[in-house]
Amino acid sequence: MKDIKRKTTSAAGATKLSRRSLLKTGAAAAAASAFPAPMLWAQNIKDITITHIGQSYSTIPNIAEQANADLGFTVDMQTVPDNTAHINRLLTQPQTVDVTDVPNTNMKYFVGRGVLMPLNVADYKYWDKTVPLFTKGEYASGEKASLQGYAPIKAQYYTDETGSEYSLEPTEWLVGVPLYYNADTLGIRPDLIGRPIESWAELLNPEFSGRVALQDGVNVGVPDAAMALEAMGEVSYVDKGNMTRDEIDATVDKLIEYKRDGHFRSFWANFDQSVQLMASGEVVLQSMWSPAVTEVRTRGIECKYNGMKEGYRGWYIMMMGMNHLEGLQRDCAIEYMNWYNSGWAGAFISRQGFYNSVPDNVKGYMTENEYGYWYEGKEASEDILNPFGKVMEKAGVVRDGGSLWDRMGNIGIWNTLMDEDRYLVRRWQDFIAA
Amino acid sequence: MRLANPIPPRIVSMIQVAPMALIFTTMVLLPLGLIFVVSFLDYDFARVFPELYLGSWEDVLTSQLTRDLYAKTFKFVAIVWAVTALLGFCIAYFLAFHVRTMTVRLMLLATVAIPFWTSGPIRAVSWVPLLGREGLVNQALMGLGITSEPLSWLMYSEFAVLIAYVHLLTLPMIVCMVNSMGKIPPSVIQAAQDAGASEWQIIRDIILPLIRPGIAIGTIFVVTAVMGDAFIVKQMSGGQVNTATMAIVTELNAFMYPPAAAKSVVMLVIVLALVGVLLRFADIRKELQR
Repeated sequence: MKDIKRKTTSAAGATKLSRRSLLKTGAAAAAASAFPAPMLWAQNIKDITITHIGQSYSTIPNIAEQANADLGFTVDMQTVPDNTAHINRLLTQPQTVDVTDVPNTNMKYFVGRGVLMPLNVADYKYWDKTVPLFTKGEYASGEKASLQGYAPIKAQYYTDETGSEYSLEPTEWLVGVPLYYNADTLGIRPDLIGRPIESWAELLNPEFSGRVALQDGVNVGVPDAAMALEAMGEVSYVDKGNMTRDEIDATVDKLIEYKRDGHFRSFWANFDQSVQLMASGEVVLQSMWSPAVTEVRTRGIECKYNGMKEGYRGWYIMMMGMNHLEGLQRDCAIEYMNWYNSGWAGAFISRQGFYNSVPDNVKGYMTENEYGYWYEGKEASEDILNPFGKVMEKAGVVRDGGSLWDRMGNIGIWNTLMDEDRYLVRRWQDFIAA
Repeated sequence: MRLANPIPPRIVSMIQVAPMALIFTTMVLLPLGLIFVVSFLDYDFARVFPELYLGSWEDVLTSQLTRDLYAKTFKFVAIVWAVTALLGFCIAYFLAFHVRTMTVRLMLLATVAIPFWTSGPIRAVSWVPLLGREGLVNQALMGLGITSEPLSWLMYSEFAVLIAYVHLLTLPMIVCMVNSMGKIPPSVIQAAQDAGASEWQIIRDIILPLIRPGIAIGTIFVVTAVMGDAFIVKQMSGGQVNTATMAIVTELNAFMYPPAAAKSVVMLVIVLALVGVLLRFADIRKELQR
């Protein structure tokens, strides 16, 4: 930790120093007026405030503090109370927000709404260093990434600068800056199961009747269930991340049978509930988020998070500016988005178990041990600390599932928002009512 | 000195009600009208199109889902009402007629309210260590040899939902009944006792008829709270029970406003009808005056 702090302060100090010394000279002022963007001058921007509303794990006060120290303008971070309130605010009061970050399951709501700002690829410094999942829709091996569900490439490029449609082919107009992504899988209580779990099919195995949970809702719970049903051979799909009505019917009818047999202990709707279900032993197997698994472990309870042979369930968070931005405000928003992926914030969030989209930048802000553990699948040489300095894992531990590409290179489905969402939500109601 | 041309009383009344009428119209009637209009529109991915679409209403009025949702909702209402009314009456009766001093009565009432000093989410979470598979109740049952393995239906079940409702809604029932009982003149009870009436006869022939308004108002509390709740049902059933209000919340979270609007209109009509019927048993204006 000490190592990192030193690095950041010196980096921040260096930028400030160069700015200040430049501003002292009259020539700099002349240059500023001749080339207004993308160079941002402290005297013009110090009154600017960028409002960033986003996820609980991307709008942490520590990150805001660092942003305000590194940048010449003010960053006002707000954590959204819930997804519904977040999306409603972006769609109905976009002018109250400058920058936001949203999960991939929401990207479809913005198509043709004109609230988000298309970002020219030239304005983003790190596009060349961004992992190919986002730039080309490929894994590091060059293999095409799974397109089942809302894959990154489905909402990364606009067809043109009007930003009215997403393009599957790369263009010079980005929908936004990808921040975080991860590969989710089943959380397992090995002490209560006593054998390896290697397939999504186990989620619906009668052996665990009454001891499994699903994630509530159609964006994640249904993809998880579809992974299980497909693995069991119960239902076959063309694209389980974007089902037809017949596929939805087959899926929901099967799930209703399981629910009537008392197969599900609970459906969880948030981080705390998932931790509580697993830690209390109410549930021995359930789809989880990586930090929730860690939280269970920090309570001294064994919890495994290995990949399944059908692959992981992937997701990502995209950061974007709002379309109302103009002039200096717009420049600052773009500067802020660049800062967010320049390493410090990425390293901070990587310590929670997520991946940043520009691992090269993150590397400089993590110790070799940290980067080795989180990104490279290496054994931890010392204790692994969370972003707040608490011990998460002891030395000698290897991350479940291995390195970045062992995990992200094996995606079976992405979190999704299906074309038939209207029909799916209606059938989901039947499922809950059953 | 009198004004030469006094404002007619009719106009005075209208001016007096005008502010409330304005607020009621703009804050209640207009939004309700909007909800009604939206329920007839087509929708897609957080958008509502200005095109006539009757599918939301067709679904609400004809589907098995609606019948299931209201069957479940009314089942909860009936059970919770019966239990809270009985519990509420017993506790209120004890407080009003067996506790002699006002101080003790108020202290005991405050004790009933202690669980409400914490927030809803915390209370919801606290049920797990009590009712969960490894919870206190299961440990006690197994320790006493009553059950050999943990009962899973204590938590994340309809039973758990009912427990939480009863826990939450017995208090308003008690308060309404104690309030009504407090208005019964002690002389009436004394006269009955002097005439040789038994305790049961006093309850049946004097107290119950006289606290009818209290029961009605308590019932309105319970019925509207259960019908309007989505939080407790979700927490306690682990998201596995769907009620009429839960279904509306699910649709709002999926940004599907027209079907949510249609369901809300139906819900509003049903709740208003129930409250209308209940108010026949209690004259609220009279209750407030005394």
